[in-house]
Amino acid sequence: MQSTAHDFKENVGTALADPNLQDSLAKLKVGFSERRRQAAERLPEFEALRDRARDIKNHALANLDFYLEEFERKVTALGGHVHWAPTAADARQIIGDLCKSAGARTVAKSKSMVAEEIALNEHLEGLGIAPIETDLGEYIIQLRHEPPSHIIAPAVHLTKDQVADTFLEHHAPLGFTKRLTERNDLVAEARYVLRQKFLEADVGLTGANFLVAETGSSMLVTNEGNADLSNTLPRMHIVLASIEKVIPTLEDAAVLLRVLARSATGQESSAYTTLNTGPRRDSDLDGPSQYHVVLLDNGRSSVLGTEMQDMLRCIRCGACMNHCPVYGAIGGHAYGWVYPGPIGAVLTPQLIGVDEAGDLPNASTFCGRCESVCPVRIPLPGLMRHWREREFERHLTPRAVRQGLALWSFLARRPKLYRRVTQVANRMLALFGRADGRYRKLPLAGGWTQFRDFPAPPAGGTFHAQWARHGGARVRP
Amino acid sequence: MSDTTNSARAQILNGIRRSLRRGELGGQQRQAVEQRLATPERGPIVARAQLPQAEKVALFCQWAEVNNATVARVEPRDVPAEVASYLARNNLPAEAAVAPSPLLGGYDWESQKLLVLRRGRAEGSDQVSITGAFAGIAETGTLVMASGPDHPVSLNLLPDTHIVVLRESDVVSGYEEVWAKLRDRYGKNNMPRTVNTITGPSRTGDIEQAMELGAHGPRRLHILVVRD
Amino acid sequence: MRTILAAAMVTSVSALSSERSAPPRRVALFVTCLVDLFRPAVAFAAVKLLEEAGCTVEVPPLQVCCGQPAYNSGDRATTRAIAQQVIETFEGFEAVVVPSGSCGGMLSHHYPTLFEDDAVMKAKAESLAGRSYELMSFLVDVLGVRTVSAHYDGAVTYHDSCSGLRELGVKGQPRQLLASVQGLRLREMKTPEVCCGFGGTFCVKYPEISNAMVSEKAADIAATGADTVLAGDLGCLMNMAGKLQREGSPIQVRHVAEVLADMGDIAPIGEAERGRPEGKR
Repeated sequence: MQSTAHDFKENVGTALADPNLQDSLAKLKVGFSERRRQAAERLPEFEALRDRARDIKNHALANLDFYLEEFERKVTALGGHVHWAPTAADARQIIGDLCKSAGARTVAKSKSMVAEEIALNEHLEGLGIAPIETDLGEYIIQLRHEPPSHIIAPAVHLTKDQVADTFLEHHAPLGFTKRLTERNDLVAEARYVLRQKFLEADVGLTGANFLVAETGSSMLVTNEGNADLSNTLPRMHIVLASIEKVIPTLEDAAVLLRVLARSATGQESSAYTTLNTGPRRDSDLDGPSQYHVVLLDNGRSSVLGTEMQDMLRCIRCGACMNHCPVYGAIGGHAYGWVYPGPIGAVLTPQLIGVDEAGDLPNASTFCGRCESVCPVRIPLPGLMRHWREREFERHLTPRAVRQGLALWSFLARRPKLYRRVTQVANRMLALFGRADGRYRKLPLAGGWTQFRDFPAPPAGGTFHAQWARHGGARVRP
Repeated sequence: MSDTTNSARAQILNGIRRSLRRGELGGQQRQAVEQRLATPERGPIVARAQLPQAEKVALFCQWAEVNNATVARVEPRDVPAEVASYLARNNLPAEAAVAPSPLLGGYDWESQKLLVLRRGRAEGSDQVSITGAFAGIAETGTLVMASGPDHPVSLNLLPDTHIVVLRESDVVSGYEEVWAKLRDRYGKNNMPRTVNTITGPSRTGDIEQAMELGAHGPRRLHILVVRD
Repeated sequence: MRTILAAAMVTSVSALSSERSAPPRRVALFVTCLVDLFRPAVAFAAVKLLEEAGCTVEVPPLQVCCGQPAYNSGDRATTRAIAQQVIETFEGFEAVVVPSGSCGGMLSHHYPTLFEDDAVMKAKAESLAGRSYELMSFLVDVLGVRTVSAHYDGAVTYHDSCSGLRELGVKGQPRQLLASVQGLRLREMKTPEVCCGFGGTFCVKYPEISNAMVSEKAADIAATGADTVLAGDLGCLMNMAGKLQREGSPIQVRHVAEVLADMGDIAPIGEAERGRPEGKR
């Protein structure tokens, strides 16, 4: 997908002015975080599970080559195929070729962020193959030609009425000419329309939440059951997964599953968790006759062993964005590419370049709420800070910021001079702000005073000046 | 495997090794990882499901209901009658696609004269399916289905209503016991094609973050927990 | 009444102190640059609270800033230089107390990570980290203070500043001390732990986002019906005060230390000082 991350500031303006989006976000901020909190409280072992989940992912990353080979061996032994894709283009090519080999006209797709990352739909359409998004949220935004705005709730920015209009427009030719007003009717209509697509699809394409090296299984977690229809009805099942999804054993999967659903939606468990291992067996009555796994690198292997490695632990639960006050203000589209929120702010610069996505790691107050809820304890603010350091090193930091910083640091490293300058500044600010106690406008502080008053210091001088006047260190009698 | 695949594979694996500043795993390091894979370690135990069997079953039922499934606890002889009665209570047709499974074999289905059962996979037109379950997980009220000739996956997904017959003795504490049971049944390196774990009916929160049941899979999940 | 309370407080502090392994008594105050420049009362309040709890407070004169502006802008070299300066300034003190969670977090969490390649400096940074405390946490967790002798007539709400809360675990301590303030009633916000949108340079680099965040915070504050909002970080306080005042809200904004030190009668942040009517210079 085409990035608009470099237009972040304009995107923010659009998002803040969109009343539908703001309504949705108001709901999201309360709903997701409250449900997660309750789920965590119901499970006394939750914090210990988070520690364990972090350790499992760290172990898997430290031995990633071993586990990928092991996974491949198991898949192959059961009659499946593993394909290695160093780049997004490689993955598109492999999947396109597989679909062509199956003579596919339509592909039933289950929600996959990696497929978004490699812009798979555009590629398949170019080959004359119709990708059908089957996750309800993804289906809605596919009809509207919009990108997802959340990694687990892709249409979270839309209202029921917007969905109703979209369905009327696209389903009328299929005979659904009544505009619906109830959510359950909308769900039922989508179910009916998509059921036909499932039954016709030649290929089912899914992502994977985890790849289990021990058994060669791909593991999928959904609430709708669309992934399961995608991997059961069509004759070919393609799993598209990035390399860091591999974990050692089923026992490890149990730990990760316990933190995943609770962090994502606050559910004790998602409705469907599915392990797929190879194609249908000879005696099976259903299931795909071909099973392919496409392993995508797309720059991830180069993150290993660097200060950024922790980002590869991510299990895509969305808790960081659900708890992020910045995401809560602007929603997902403003981030301009596939992954929004705090995890997007660290992944996007890695995947499309920090010069393109430089705003993302800067647009954070480092409030730390994301890190405090991350099920695999990714130090997200720390990773954003690393990006800021790389931007600073490469002189990508905006000039005004650099100049201000240079002046401030010149002073901060000369305490005596700093003291004199701050005393003058303090006196000026106190003097001119005395009448009101604050400023409505202040030179060089437009970013502040556009929306807020600026408090003036009281008369009497800086603390250090007053302290010195009182004779410095003392002990009260 | 073509040359391009090989080189792509080598490119990724070598890239990983370069980043990790080491070659292919060998020696003690490799042994340790192989050992971890061969004898999987369990994570923190979830205490709430560490119960005597009877309480485990009760916990299973409680969580299944929290997750919008309905539960009937029955004696083996009452299974066919409960199925017929459930369909009648919900104004559903007395017709179902049934898993050709030994788990469903021991019941007197003939006793329900009006019930029309067809053994095999599910078709798009089926309204109701009946299957057994490989296990039930007490911790979350989750059903576990293992695919095979006796349990086509489509039965778990296509019909609007899914009726599951679960034996009390197949209820376990958590995932870990399910994995052990799978390894027991199928051998350590031989998983069935699909293992579905199912917690309540299909659902979606994709429109305005409000939960609606019956997104793509069954909108009703009725579990018969059978004393044995 | 106040005398009795004060006496009771001194007794309770000394009683607690005797049970502990002698808490630090010679304390350095890290004033922080915002407090120095915009709100000296916070530092005076901190000194008062520390002295009343039996500490001798010193203020090393050459202290400047903890380096957050550079650190959060990605300028690691400058951050290191400033950190080194701070570390040297505060060598030799048993404890360094900071009336700010974000500056406190900088000293106790971030400094050691700046010197991974310099064992000597890293050791010094770790030494400082081990001796640095946020003010509320130092009073309650280290000195064992449970009550203060103060009076504040009003309903207050308390905002949990992010760094104090998540890096230093400051949550119950200020509330516990506020509970002992005569006349004060605490009314919690719906989301006291959600960021106010200050974020240092963030608030001027992304003013629209910051505004959306602080507007929401202001609404949450107003919904409590409190007449005063308190917090432990001056940056957040200036941001919230600026927004509330721009909206015409009469809600007062103060640093929690001021109220605990019984300095609740001074002009709130961003308000003109009383007894100096407009125009009179």
